[in-house]
Amino acid sequence: MVLLALAATAIVAIALLSDLIVPRMDELWRQMRARRKKVPTFLYDPGRERRAEQRARALLRSCVNDEEWAMYRDLGFIRVWGSQADGPHEGGGTGGAPYAYLIYPHRPIVAYLAQTHRLLGEYCVAFPDETRPYGSARLPDSDDALAKWMALTADERRLIATANMHLPGRQLDPDQVRRDLWRLSQWERRRMREAADGSPATGPRATG
Amino acid sequence: MKPGHGELLIAEGDIEVAEDEERLVEEFRQQLDAGLWAAVPVADPQGRRESLMVRSFEEIPRDAERVIFFPRAAGGH
Repeated sequence: MVLLALAATAIVAIALLSDLIVPRMDELWRQMRARRKKVPTFLYDPGRERRAEQRARALLRSCVNDEEWAMYRDLGFIRVWGSQADGPHEGGGTGGAPYAYLIYPHRPIVAYLAQTHRLLGEYCVAFPDETRPYGSARLPDSDDALAKWMALTADERRLIATANMHLPGRQLDPDQVRRDLWRLSQWERRRMREAADGSPATGPRATG
Repeated sequence: MKPGHGELLIAEGDIEVAEDEERLVEEFRQQLDAGLWAAVPVADPQGRRESLMVRSFEEIPRDAERVIFFPRAAGGH
């Protein structure tokens, strides 16, 4: 009789606790299955990435002109002159003043006025390859720069319309960009001087 | 252009050879169908380099040495 009472009590207790126990058991079961599930992992291979970047640099060099290649090699960015009559975007007119873009790999494109170096905006654009053939959707640095260069020189309006436009300073430090513009002007002066002297243009090399 | 690899040769051939042209057209279409953009690097008589985006095989200059395919641009963050 006592045994029967204990058994009944146990059944009632289990029934009452089932609301707490069952979800917990279910959660543990799912966690165990998730741990056992084989997820494809793509290990970062520095050798592969380095070879990819070397190929990308060779391709970039074969597409841009000598000055643009030297600029990228020495300074780490490429300047592309803007071709729209009134600036890169509607509402931000340049009044016909010449403007240009700085192309950095995997960073926003920066538009600026050529004479005053006033920054006009940052254009965030990406070239994601969702097929992820080697585990990453990210192009090598020089391929990213080349993709921007090709898209910008072929159809500036289309690329700028595709990009997300932000005011200067959102991602890139404006002081850093102004320093880059100063470095660019120094670099151009040195090249002109060396061209006049007939000596080869050399300078600090970008790594990569 | 491929992430983690860089430049990959997809196809090559002589545009004046009918079989080659057919194969190049087929590869071109496949790349565009896969969502890639196609560009031809060109130089003007002054030596200025630029790029020409092409949306069909017929738009490729007959004397083009290569067509570069790269992922379509999207707004970044």
